[in-house]
Amino acid sequence: MAQVNSKEPILRVDHLRKYFRVSLGIVRAVDDISFEVMPGETFGLIGESGSGKSTTGHVIVGMYAPTSGKIYYKGIDISVPAPKRPRHVRKEIQIVFQDPASSLNPSKTVFDIVALPIKLYKGIKKKEELENEVAKLLELVELPPEYYMYRYPRELGGGEKQAVAIARALATEPSFIVLDEPTSALDVSIQAKIINTLVNLQRKFNLSYLFITHDLGLARNFTTRLAIMYLGKIVEIGPTERVFENPLHPYTQMLLSAIPVLTEEEEKLKPRGIASRGEIGSPMNPPPGCRFNPRCPFADEVCRKIEPQLIEAEKNHWVACHLYIKRVQ
Amino acid sequence: MAKARSSVYVRRGFSRRYESLRRAWYYFKRSPLSLIGLAIVSITIFIALFAPYIAPHPESAGLYMNFEEAYQPPSWKHPFGTDAYGRDVFSRVLFGFRYSMMLAAVVLSLAAPPGIILGLIAGYYRGTWIDMVIMRFADIFIAVPPLVLALAITSVLTPNIFNAMMAVTLMWWPWYTRLMYNMVSSIRNEYYVIALELLGAKKSYIMFREILPNCLGPILTKLTLDVGWVILIGAALSFVGLGAQPPTPDLGTMVAEGGQYLPTYWWISVFPALAIAFIILGFNLLGDGIRDIFAATER
Repeated sequence: MAQVNSKEPILRVDHLRKYFRVSLGIVRAVDDISFEVMPGETFGLIGESGSGKSTTGHVIVGMYAPTSGKIYYKGIDISVPAPKRPRHVRKEIQIVFQDPASSLNPSKTVFDIVALPIKLYKGIKKKEELENEVAKLLELVELPPEYYMYRYPRELGGGEKQAVAIARALATEPSFIVLDEPTSALDVSIQAKIINTLVNLQRKFNLSYLFITHDLGLARNFTTRLAIMYLGKIVEIGPTERVFENPLHPYTQMLLSAIPVLTEEEEKLKPRGIASRGEIGSPMNPPPGCRFNPRCPFADEVCRKIEPQLIEAEKNHWVACHLYIKRVQ
Repeated sequence: MAKARSSVYVRRGFSRRYESLRRAWYYFKRSPLSLIGLAIVSITIFIALFAPYIAPHPESAGLYMNFEEAYQPPSWKHPFGTDAYGRDVFSRVLFGFRYSMMLAAVVLSLAAPPGIILGLIAGYYRGTWIDMVIMRFADIFIAVPPLVLALAITSVLTPNIFNAMMAVTLMWWPWYTRLMYNMVSSIRNEYYVIALELLGAKKSYIMFREILPNCLGPILTKLTLDVGWVILIGAALSFVGLGAQPPTPDLGTMVAEGGQYLPTYWWISVFPALAIAFIILGFNLLGDGIRDIFAATER
């Protein structure tokens, strides 16, 4: 779809929609998005809360079925909830959740938590063998097993908890991991450590990541390509450095100009003339036309009526904006 | 578990348990009322277990008559006086502890497990027909005032202590279902439960091994508080003649029997009544103390 690439994508999301029925109406959390993730790359999904980025991740790991559209893992259709996926595919796709406090059972030890997927997928039952496997995984996430093996989550800090969650995700030897804002609940110093661990693991096992975040600085350093989401739509998608150097969508420009910076040189790099205003609208009742039009300083009649489609502005860099088309013409 | 395995991992199994017990005791003893509750409950259980050995006149527990000693006021020989048949009220009260505790133990051990399991299942399947069936079924029992339901059941069946226990059990389980339902339906949305579901762990494993252990605090608190309430309902049933039948030394029955001699021979019903209050007070204070422990360690 959006990319032309010689390699086969590990994950392909095709016109994915996820609507939630609530008492007041229908929430269009994800509304027709398509993208591909290549083997070994880190694909970023960027957006404010309510943009549908987490929902996208949740549908991919199979927390619930998509309303419409397809998800393919190496060409295999996985547009069904996890329990209905073939076992050998289910083990390939894992997730690390946003809130490390909630992702570990407070009454289980680190050993119990990490050993469970090993029991389920490798059929190892013996305690000694399980201990060895868990120890290997804990070493991978830089938690010395001698100390951490039989700790309870309440004895761990946020970063350590998240490391355990990563170890659990690695236990089934996956090839694709959804990282749902894995560092947003952590201190900045610990963020860096977790990101380093993730980068090392990616190199070691050729993992592909779907990295969901609202932190643009982090996305810039960590992702190879990214998609900017707004109210359930992808507004811009492209290689990370191109999107940062040449942001095409006014929303991307707005996000970039809102990054706090330290030096004047950095300040000069920011896109000009677009200040952040307003807040993200409701996915229950998205505005007609371009969904960003109520907040866009350049919006005109067309933007309020017709929904823009993604077009390729430069190689592999796509944007959904009427104004861009006008500017080019 | 005490295998001498040369594991390199810091294990601390026993000392960890000891550590958490010590922490629990620390939070518990901060409140003197909890300590009083613990003392009362310990005394109650001790008396219930050893009533035949510590009662000065154990023969008074049964069909014993000694009209020469009838209607004696409290004295050194009979601390709580004697009743219309000349039986020692103090000894009968000690035996009464036994019946009350037995009632509570039987009722709660019959009512709590099914109530807990049903609530666990309903909470886990929240929003499905399983939830609907279980919770509406529980609501039927909750909608009827407890004592009325028990009265209705026991008056249809023969009034005896067994039927009284069955009646109280029948009206008690839905409260455990409710308690569990509320806890489980919030826990089931925690990421660790979702992670297990994504891994394809068995539903029974998730419910009983992962979720249930995290609900034990509130359950234990409720169980303790309920001992008092079950005893009170049991006593009320006995009082209206639908529970334990004479000459059983049941506290409620004794209060009822002594009622006709009020106010002249007040000791016959006042001391059993005080005993009921004593037990209920003890379990309530202890329950509050246990709640404090879990409230403090949760943070």
